[in-house]
Amino acid sequence: MMIKVKLFASFRSGRFAEADWEYVEGLTLEDVLKKLNIDKKEVGVLLVNSRHAGIDYKLKEGDIISIFPVIGGG
Amino acid sequence: MTDKIYRVNMTTLKVSTEEVPSQWKILGGRGLTSTIVSQEVKPTCHPLGKYNKLIFAPGLLAATNCANSGRLSAGAKSPLTGTIKESNSGGTAAHSLARLGIKALIIEGLPAKDTFYRLHVDKNGVTLNEEKELVGKGNYEVVNILSERLGKRIGVITIGPVGEMRLPTANISVREPGGNLRSIGRGGLGAVMGAKKIKCITIDDTGSEETNYYDQEKFKEAAKVFAKALVEHPVTGEALRNYGTDVLINILNEAGGLPTKNFRSGQFEGHEKISGETMHDIIVRRAGKPIHACHTGCVIQCSQVYNDQNNQYLTSGFEYESIWAFGANCCIDDLDIIAQADHIMDDIGIDSIETGVALGVAMEAGVIPFGDGPAVLRLLKEIASGSPLGRLIASGSAAVGRAYGVTRVPVVKGQGIPAYDPRVVKGVGITYVTSPMGADHTAGYSVATNILKVGGFVDPLKKEGQIQLSRNLQIATAFVDTTGLCLFVAFPLLDNPAALNAVVDMINARYGTGMTVNDLTELGKKILKTEHEFNLAAGFNNKHDRLPEFFEEPCPPHNAVWDFTEEEIDSFWNF
Repeated sequence: MMIKVKLFASFRSGRFAEADWEYVEGLTLEDVLKKLNIDKKEVGVLLVNSRHAGIDYKLKEGDIISIFPVIGGG
Repeated sequence: MTDKIYRVNMTTLKVSTEEVPSQWKILGGRGLTSTIVSQEVKPTCHPLGKYNKLIFAPGLLAATNCANSGRLSAGAKSPLTGTIKESNSGGTAAHSLARLGIKALIIEGLPAKDTFYRLHVDKNGVTLNEEKELVGKGNYEVVNILSERLGKRIGVITIGPVGEMRLPTANISVREPGGNLRSIGRGGLGAVMGAKKIKCITIDDTGSEETNYYDQEKFKEAAKVFAKALVEHPVTGEALRNYGTDVLINILNEAGGLPTKNFRSGQFEGHEKISGETMHDIIVRRAGKPIHACHTGCVIQCSQVYNDQNNQYLTSGFEYESIWAFGANCCIDDLDIIAQADHIMDDIGIDSIETGVALGVAMEAGVIPFGDGPAVLRLLKEIASGSPLGRLIASGSAAVGRAYGVTRVPVVKGQGIPAYDPRVVKGVGITYVTSPMGADHTAGYSVATNILKVGGFVDPLKKEGQIQLSRNLQIATAFVDTTGLCLFVAFPLLDNPAALNAVVDMINARYGTGMTVNDLTELGKKILKTEHEFNLAAGFNNKHDRLPEFFEEPCPPHNAVWDFTEEEIDSFWNF
């Protein structure tokens, strides 16, 4: 089973917009950020299945992760 | 130069000036327009009649070295909502008016004749000039003609045909440093200007004096601290510049709160094609400008210039709200069509949010199909012709809903709901129902804390903490709108106390006052309550602080519903 990783805005540079990864038991969002070489300080919004999640969140099969840099707007 | 209040009486066609009353000295922007409306406008008046007044006011920090201080406020009783209304924009006008010593320009009365006028403002004062050539022309042509007549640097405030026709979605456009248009968008203030028969206002600030500071050195120090805070905050220093506001399409879509197909669901299949990421790539590919400041002194530069497939100018100030309204809400996934729509709306002078929501209701009614871009462009072009259908669309979402017997009409106090579903972003939902402005997202931008995690985090899907969040933001926004600062400074203001202290210091150094942060909060509360009281006197009550009943339905993917009780919503005003 897989998890889906989606990147947005400047995080796409040198990486990808969307990728399917192998699900690994015990994988946390912090691990995902490390694998992507994204400094957690740069992360603005982290969503799992469209809900806000913390970096210690333990992933489950089929989770969809959306990672945004710090963002603003109106 | 001593600041003065300018009054233009359109009944007598006379201009007069007054000393600034001491209670108005510490007001500017929205604080000043709302105070004047509440003191001088009959709350029960007809918004297009002789008792309404249209007031323009630069902010407290206009014409200074303060970064991002050039917003121009306009206020009146709104022809769309019937409530008090303030709306503001960037452009060159605020700095120019402030440099010329104009604290507020109050337009009152109603002309007897059918003639339109151009107000001209320069160092000698304000004059009224009968205007024929510009009548019936779109805003872009108006700016071109006035540049030929009065010089390339002429400042312009203008209404398009929609304002001339006094339709309740008419906006007021302000010329910006690049020569294009920024919008005083919501609430139909362009119709008030049209009712008073003013086609445009030209501003020539040549020969204006330097701004008087109480303590110029202290001001400079505080301005440095403030500018640094803006540049160092990741939102204002980087994110907004690189991707503009349209970056929100993907974030709201991922969060499940992007209102789609007339507020049926929170995700749009075509989101990527209308996203800020896509827009950035198109702009760069077509040699447009991905970075653009809408007024002098702006360090954020969130705006852009978008070219067509032939690399020719198509539109600028192409923002999230407009793209959402025609994109996800009307199910159009073609950014070029939306850009053409944006251009037409700027030209005819109409609120892009209200028009997009109204078209969503028209699609709901089967007037045209959802997703039909060419049909949308046809309808927009019809508006300027003054046809019955064009006038109906330009009368706003509630009017369209009524004409077609539709219940799924997303409005509060007659104003169309903007680009965040209230069931999914509950903090902004509270702003929509309680704001004296009607459904307004900027009035208390809870989205910052609900979705973007700026100023902390309050879970958007839960009720807890939302009323307090919206209240605090509405109070802060009332104050920020009084300073003439771009509301995007709120991002660093929420996260960095040094930034807020710098704003207080700048006000004190400019005016010789001894204000504290607490005074600003009290000022914000006072403005909000003044606006609320005007609405009560105009006939509004707590029953108007409600969402339409269809928001009881679940919004996929979260299947969230609007579940605040009446008592919970009414508790907002307990301060």
